[in-house]
Order: sequence, then structure tokens, then C-alpha cells
Amino acid sequence: MTRTPVTLNVNGRTRNADIRPAERLSEVLRDGLGVLDVKIGCNAGDCGACTVLLDGEPVCACLVPAGALNGAAVETLSGLTETEPVTKKLADSFLRFGAAQCGICTPGMIVAATALLRRSKTPSESETADALGGVLCRCTGYRKIIDAVMHADETPPAPAAEARGRIGESAARVDGAGKVTGTEKFGDDAAPEGCLVVRVVRSPHSHAEFSFGDLEKYIAETPGLRFVLTAADVPGVNRFGVIPGYNDQPVFAETKVRFRGEAVAAVAGEADAVQSLDLADFPVTWRELPSAASAHDALADGAPRIHEDKADNVLCRGGVKRGDAEGAMKNAHITAEGDFQTSFVEHAYIEPEAGFARRTGDRIEIHACTQAPYMDLDNMAEIMGLAKENVRIAPTGVGGGFGAKLDISVQPYAAIAAWKSGEPARITYTRTESMQSTTKRHPASIRAAIGADENGKITAVDFKAVMNTGAYASWGPTVTNRIPVHASGPYYVENYRCEAQAVYTNGPPAGAFRGFAVPQAAVAQESLFDDLALALNIDRLAFRRLNALENGQPTVTGQIFERGVGIGACFDALAPAWKRALDDAAAFNAAAEASGSPLRRGAGVAAGWYGCGNTSMANPSTIKAGVRADGVLVLHQGAVDIGQGSNTVIAQIFAAALGVPLGQVTIVGGDTDITPDAGKTSASRQTFVSGNAARLSGQTLRAQITQAANVSPDAEISFGAAEIHLKDGGVEKTLGLAARAADGEGYVFRAEETYDPPAGPLDENGQGEPYAQFGYAAQIAELNVDTVLGTVELVKFTAAHDVGKVINPVLAEGQIHGGIAQGAGMALTEEYLPGRTENLHDYLIPTIGDMPPVETLIVEVADPHGPYGAKGLGEHALVPTAPAVLNAVRHACGARITEIPATPERILTAMRRAAG
Amino acid sequence: MVDFHAPSTVREALEILGAGGAAFVAGGTDFYPALRDGPVKTDVIGLGRIGELKGVEKTAEGWSIGAGAAWTDIVKAPLPACFDGLKLAAREIGSIQIQNAGTVAGNLCNASPAADGVPPLLTLNAGVELASVSGRRVLPLDEFILGVRKTALRPGEMMTRILIPPQPGAAQSAFKKLGTRKYLVISTVMAAVMIEPRADGRIAGARIAAGACSPVALRLPALEGALLGAEITPGALAARVKPEHLAPLSPISDVRGSAEYRMAAAAEIIRRTLAACCKGADA
Repeated sequence: MTRTPVTLNVNGRTRNADIRPAERLSEVLRDGLGVLDVKIGCNAGDCGACTVLLDGEPVCACLVPAGALNGAAVETLSGLTETEPVTKKLADSFLRFGAAQCGICTPGMIVAATALLRRSKTPSESETADALGGVLCRCTGYRKIIDAVMHADETPPAPAAEARGRIGESAARVDGAGKVTGTEKFGDDAAPEGCLVVRVVRSPHSHAEFSFGDLEKYIAETPGLRFVLTAADVPGVNRFGVIPGYNDQPVFAETKVRFRGEAVAAVAGEADAVQSLDLADFPVTWRELPSAASAHDALADGAPRIHEDKADNVLCRGGVKRGDAEGAMKNAHITAEGDFQTSFVEHAYIEPEAGFARRTGDRIEIHACTQAPYMDLDNMAEIMGLAKENVRIAPTGVGGGFGAKLDISVQPYAAIAAWKSGEPARITYTRTESMQSTTKRHPASIRAAIGADENGKITAVDFKAVMNTGAYASWGPTVTNRIPVHASGPYYVENYRCEAQAVYTNGPPAGAFRGFAVPQAAVAQESLFDDLALALNIDRLAFRRLNALENGQPTVTGQIFERGVGIGACFDALAPAWKRALDDAAAFNAAAEASGSPLRRGAGVAAGWYGCGNTSMANPSTIKAGVRADGVLVLHQGAVDIGQGSNTVIAQIFAAALGVPLGQVTIVGGDTDITPDAGKTSASRQTFVSGNAARLSGQTLRAQITQAANVSPDAEISFGAAEIHLKDGGVEKTLGLAARAADGEGYVFRAEETYDPPAGPLDENGQGEPYAQFGYAAQIAELNVDTVLGTVELVKFTAAHDVGKVINPVLAEGQIHGGIAQGAGMALTEEYLPGRTENLHDYLIPTIGDMPPVETLIVEVADPHGPYGAKGLGEHALVPTAPAVLNAVRHACGARITEIPATPERILTAMRRAAG
Repeated sequence: MVDFHAPSTVREALEILGAGGAAFVAGGTDFYPALRDGPVKTDVIGLGRIGELKGVEKTAEGWSIGAGAAWTDIVKAPLPACFDGLKLAAREIGSIQIQNAGTVAGNLCNASPAADGVPPLLTLNAGVELASVSGRRVLPLDEFILGVRKTALRPGEMMTRILIPPQPGAAQSAFKKLGTRKYLVISTVMAAVMIEPRADGRIAGARIAAGACSPVALRLPALEGALLGAEITPGALAARVKPEHLAPLSPISDVRGSAEYRMAAAAEIIRRTLAACCKGADA
């Protein structure tokens, strides 16, 4: 590889680099000059994560040929942070407003905003959106970013004298500084210099048999290529998965691929050589097989068989039955029914999967972005054929997850390469690889009917869902259990039947995505609720309030919550906004009609619930904490923070239980060598489950300390240098730590507590107690439909969320905003089509210009099991959004949408259908 | 082994290009995405250092847009109202980052059916100047772009300027793009309009172009003829747009919309762009 020397002006310094022909500025900055605050999300100018300033103007560094720069000044976040006052203000403001969640887009956002604020200190909202429109964010829903930029120049309110980060206080993210200055190390930022580079060879076909050509010859003839990995190189078992008994996905396909993008081999070698390979030249021949793209195709007579041991292509079934749905439906005063279809939805976090692995003697260490370190450990031990204690998973920063980083992705490729070579090996997925090969939201084909009496009381729900689970099981069984438990929505339904099945297809593996298929079920159920309310001429919110589940009423699985059912309170909280929204729509539409405008305003409402934690299974979290002899309080926080804020929330709960200010807690992360298993970051379980473990640990530590000091259990505690100060009424004491015996980890006090929520198995009719708690939500969407073009402009969301007890209001709002943005994308624009929307310019997630204001109404109906009454929130934020949007579309223009995304064309077609 | 060149003059660039085979990269906004996950396979000539390609200027023959001029240069240039359509298109391209890097000339050479620059430049009767070691030639834009990703560039040639002839004095112009999100979006349909008013406020001349509705964006001469003499009000102009005027369009169906949807949307977008061209109308 010829490299050419160039001189660049980076962050005010002259830097020399030897670059490859036509090398992108982003690569030169990251690989050549170590400027890792420049993030790469797409390499195509679609996401803006790599935004830098070139002579003061924002550009995507991934599109700039470094060799053609002529002394232009390149500024990145790390440089601007040091020298530019505007950037410092933005960093503070991003922290204050909660505008950084995972932090992967934050450098691009702040750099783009710096260019704006240099021109105008107090930009308008539209100027802000225009300036940041080129940077995608998948976590925040953008509104807090807009606030942070518009208000960056304001002097922040002085922090309260005693900002302790108590329960209910909006403590700034404890890990925020690294996000707003670009120093946090994400998956692609952690590898040491000089690693082997690994790339994966993938199938271009959705179903094919394959055979390799002469691999030895290929290696010999490809300079710099060290070796090729195939299924034969997997040291242990060539299978992985996320649910015991359903490990059906190979690391490398053996003779047959089942989806486009499936791995068949990997190449490893020196960085330049491997990065400049054209993998289309890899010696492999394909024999295409007939394929099944949809569940419908896979269930048809004569459908191709996807797995040898599954003749009918059905992965699994699930169901819940209560009362007599069939009989009650027959006797219903009125029924509504429909067929609904949803699409594959891509998580589209801005950080493609990345990491590195190294071998240390008999152990393998894997540093990668992940939502589930201990699940990774279990899978990797099997794949590597190693005992679990010989696998270490050290999570890097995670640039968004939303469910897809629960399953392993890059880990085995880096690990096998490192194991085989003895050298550290790194791997980074391209955007297209990430989209092709990682899990998606399950497309659902739903047929549902709901019956009601003349007063609008629901009498029966009958629901059938066929889920396209793609080529491998992943979370298909979970989805198949979740749908029947949740498809009633948070309503009292006496007669209920729901059957679900997950069907293998030749699509990408469908797995976990914020809501585990509850959002798909809500689309059908909440649309049918509008059918009934409209037919009965009952206000749509009132109809829902009438049917809302109450304390003491059984759910569809027969579970009775005597306390904590908060859906009624959510509807009540929405009532004023609902009246205003309907009035606004009427006024808007009268004016539009008068002026001949094609726009029509609509308001829609929908609700959701979500059981927090694993369904009907053990689901423990363990949190460890200790006090070192030097007086440092350490929290081993294994609840991986993927941007949602668990580092802060778990620490707040722990600090509250121990009774110290949040600032006294030092966090160590989810490295499996040093931190016990706090379970996976999924199922809205961390605040609830790990939060409870943190609360217990805090309490235990408090008890140990107060006993050792011989003070009352509720004495005040604070940590000093090698001592603990205690105040017990009027008595003050100091507990010296230096002389206390420390354990092997250096702790003089330690606590390690486990919490496992009380839940149990379901019987053959799906009756039982699947979750210890549900969280509840209801949202109003307001939007304009262009009745000629079919386009939708979102105007406002009002979101009422019962979180039990809010731990950190700003972080909670951030979850709600982000969930709504993803729900809006799911409703209106997002559809993953293999081979067609494998990039971020054909697969359209919302931009900063697409997200309207969100009014958040936090509702607190305490949960008896939650820490301080808190409930999970992450998935709840998204569940009601898509149906609220669809119901608003219908209110605006009459279009009853049964297939999402609701593209302009589908809206126009549905309008014509409605008009007869 | 491929090489990267960063010449400082057009002559140097043409000498490196020789008989052809090398790829040009200016703003990089099409070049890099087109690589997908593959390597650079040809020699590449970076145009970023060629000063003579920069700039947007008034000339004796009209206006000249250098092949190195980025969309932001169009937005910032002091240009008369007949360029409003081009400026609106510039502001809707990708994002600020893309507008700062991507060039107008690159948009033409890339020859995408959805190139946002083509419809407004067609309504400006733009031409392109192509240079080779043996000299320069000028082609009208509609003779330069020949099809999807296909241009009249010969081996050994590069685009050096876009030439805009003098425009009718009082001409108004506008541009509208239909896409499924606000920023970073490829057009489903777009339209550019220029109208020249008569002294009595009616249309003396109209130029209409539609994009993303045919392999190459097209002027619609039948519609332009039908608009002559029309009163310049949104209602009057809209009423003159008839389905038969769109007969030259041949949209395809893709992820952004079906052929039928595009055809219907094109008529509406043209009507709205005409309305935006009416002085004092809300754009």
C-alpha cells in the first residue's frame, strides 16, 4: 500500500500523516492522528456524526479527501473544547438539558452547533434545526438538543447549595463529561494500536448454498492478509443465541446461508491490506435457493424449509386465554376487526457495532459495545470452548442499543482472530453490515377483533399475531410470549384470547427492539379501539378511560395488582391536553377549509403498558459496593448504560439508600471481571430490578457503617479522607478507616445484594403472574396531513407516563422523547427492506426537523415493588406512539391505516377507501 | 495500485486524466457513498486545490458557476430573483454539511434522476463547459445529461463551469421538493419554475422542469405554452396544469414512491411551485 505524506492543520496544530490514496479525512483523523472524538456512523454523509469544521464550516469528515486539503483549518470537538468558549457553553448546556444520551452523535451535534453559535448566540428554533439537520440522533428525540443549543448562551441557574442527586432530582448524568467533550471510548475507540483488523464476508443472497474456492491460494495471493476464518475455525460450538434452548445461529454459516448479510467467513490481517480488500473478490460460489421473505411466504404450501428440524418453519407459539372470547364476541353489541401489518424496523443507533479482543494466556478478553455483558460471556464461552472464568467481557461505551446490542455481533470474529493469532484483533461493522446482519423489530401480521357493549365497555378481545422472526430465533420466543400477555392493552378485558406464533423466514433475524412486539400489538388494539369509539360516538379518550384497568381488577393473565395500576391516572392527566387538541384541530380545519388549504389537523390518543423485566422467569440483578480504606465509596454498576442513564439512576438510588450525596459515589463499570451480573439492559428492568439491588446494597452498607460506628441506623453519613463522618442527632463521630482490615479488593466495608422480582410461570392458558410490575403510558399525537400529497407533519406530542416514582426527571423525559421519536419513525417512515434500505439515506429515521415539541406529564402511582415506588420506562415510551399517530392521521383525513409505515401513498389510498 | 492526485490547475488535472480512467472527487458527497463498502479502484483526482474552479460570478455573457463551487456558494452569492429556485434547491440538498462540500457541477456529473440541481438549472437554460487537453466545448444541460448516471463527458474531459445565459429581467423563480422527511432526504418528486411577467401582470414566458420523474429531469414545453398569458395568481396558474402536460414524464416505482404516486404528486408540486412564484405569495 502506497502512502503519501500530507500536512494537516488540525485543532490549531500542524499534524503530519501518511495517508492512503483518496483516504477520507475521518479515517486520517481517527486512525492516523488519534482524534477519536470524530465518530463514524455511516461513511456516506447520512448521519453527520463525523462533523468537523473546515475553515469554520461544518462538513462530514467521511466525505472529505484528506489529500486535497490545502492547509484548511480542521477543527474537531476535542480541539474546540479546549479553545472555543461557545463550545464550552454548549457542553455545559448539553449536560444541563440532558441533550446527550448515548453520546455518539454528541460530537457532531456540538461541532455543528458551534458553527451556528459563532454566528448567532441566540438562534431561533428553525435556525437551530437547519444547522443541526445533518446530524442524526436516535436517542433523544432532538428536542433537548434544540433547547440546549438555543439556550447555550444563557447563564445557567446556580446549582442548589446542596445538590445531592436525591430521588426525584435531575442530577446531571454522572458520565456526561466524556460524552460532551468526545473523550468517552465507544466500541471503535478502545482498541490498542497495531491490532489485526478483521472483516466479515457476507452473503449477498437471502437463501443459498455455498462453497469456498481455494482459500490458501487467496491468502497467499493477497498481500497483508494473514488468515481467513470459517466455521472450521470456531474453537467451541458454532452456535449462539439469547434464550437457552434456542441457540440456532452460527457464527459462520457452514454450507447454507439463510439471510442476506449472513457471515460465511472473515479475513484478518494488517489494517491497510484488510481495509482495502474488495470482499466481492473473496473465493466463494453461491447456489441460490428459493426463499421466503415474509411469514406468509414461509407458511405457504411448498415453502422453502429454512431449518432442517422445522418442517413447518414455525419457531414457537404462545398464547393467553381467559373467559370465553368467542362467545362474548358473538354476543357483543358491537365489534370491530381488522388485519394489520407492520415492517422490519432497524434500530439505527448511530454507532455501528465495534470492538476488539485479546488473548491473555488461557483467557480471552472482549472489549465491545454491548447491552448484556454476562449474556455475551455465556455465549462466548461456548463459542470459544472455554470455561466461563476464562472469558472477560469489558463493555466499552455504547452508542445506542435499543435491543439489538443484546445479541452478540462482532464479538466472536474479533475473539477467534485474537485467539488464533495471539495478537489483539479489532473489528468495526460498516453501516450496511450493521443493518444487514443485526436484529430487527419483528414484522407482525395481526388479525384482531374487539367487542363492546352498548355503553362502550369492552367485552371480548380475540387476537392472532404471526411474527416474522427472520432466519434465526434470537428473541422470537420472548416476543411470542409478550404479545399474548400485552395485546389487551392496559384495559380490563374479561374474555380474551390471543395466539401468537413466530415464523422463520429468510429475513434478517428479528430480535429485541424497544417493546418486544408490544408496540406492534398496540397498533392493532388501539386502532380497533378508535373504530369502536367512533362507531359508538363516544369520545376516544373517554372510551379508553372507561375501560382502563383499575387496581384490583385481573389482567388478561389473571394477575391482580392491588396497588400501582396507573393507566387511569395517565388518561386523567391527558384530559386537558386532549380537549385543547380537539379544539385546536377543529379551529385549524375550519380555517383550512375556508382558505382552500389541503392541510387537515388531527389528534389521536393511544395507551400502552409494559411488564418490566423478564416474562415469567427469574431475572436477578446483583449490585456490589464497597468503601476503600482511603474513604472512597465505590459502586460496581453492572447495569450497562447504553445512553438511557442507568449509571446515574442506579447511583442515585444507591446514594439515596446509603444516605450520601450522589457526588460521593465512584462508579466502576460492567466489566465481568470486577462487577457482578446486573442482568441485561432490556425489558425496562434496570431502574426496577438493578435499582432495587442498588437500594439493598446501599441499605446494607449503611447498616454496616452505622453498626461499626455504634450510631443509630438513620445517622447522617459522609465520607472523608480515610474516614467516615457520622452525625446522630447532636452527636458527631468519626470512624477511621485506615486501621480497618481490607478484603482482597481493598474494601473495609462491602455490600453485595441481589434482587429478583417476584414473577412466576404461566399455566397452559397463559394464566399467572408474569411480571412483578407494569408501567403505564398514554400519549396524544397532533399532526397535519397534506390531503393531496399524503404527507404528515407532526405538530405536538403530549405524553403521560406513570413511572411510579421518578428518580431523575430530566433523564425520564429523555427516555420519553426518544421513545416517541422512534415510535413516530415506525409509524411513518421506517421500513427495513433487505437489499433496498440498507443505509441511512434510504432507511429514514426522523431528523431534527421532524420531531415536534413533546409535553411530558410525569404520573407517579407508586409501585409496591419498585425502588422508592419506581417503575421501568424505557419501552413504555414507544408503545403508544405509533397508534396515537395513526389515530391522529385518521382523525385528520379519515384514512384508516392498517399497514405501517404510513407512507404518503398508503395514506392517500386509505383516504380514497374511506371516502368510498 | 491506485494513486491520488491533487492538481492545482485545470491543465494539470487534464494532463493527469490523460485518456481517462481516473475518477474526479470534488466535494466527495457522491464519490465516497458510491464506494459503499468497497475500496477505491481507480486513480482519483481531487479537485479541491484548483483555484480557477471556484466561485460564482457575473460575466459578460451571463453568469458562471465554477465546477468547484459548492451549494453554499450558490446560497451566499448575490444573484437576481431568477436564481431563487436554484438557491431554494441548494438549501434543500442533504444538510449544511453536504451543501458546504457538494458541488453543483458534481451534482450534474453524477447524473442522478433525483439530482436537485438539474430542474432549476434547466429553467435557467444552463449550459456546461467541458474541457480536455485539446480545448473546451459548451453543451446545453439537456444535451449533457443523457440518462441515469450517463453524461456526454468524453474520456479525457472534465466539467469546468456551468454557464447561465442572461435571464429575462423581472423573472421570478421557485423550487419545491417532496421528500419523506425534513433534512437528509432524497427527492421523491421536485419541480422548478421560472416565470416572466408581462407589463399587464400576465405570463410572458414560463419555464417548468420536473425532477425524479424520468431518467433525466425534463422541461415540460406543453405546460410552458399553456401558461402563456395566464394571470399570475396561484389559482389561475394551477388551473392551467393539466395531466396531458405531464405526458413526457415516466416515473419509476421505488422505495420512495410508486410511479402513479409520483405522477400525481408531480402535478401538485408543480402547482405549488407555480404558486410560490407568484409575487407576494407565501412560498
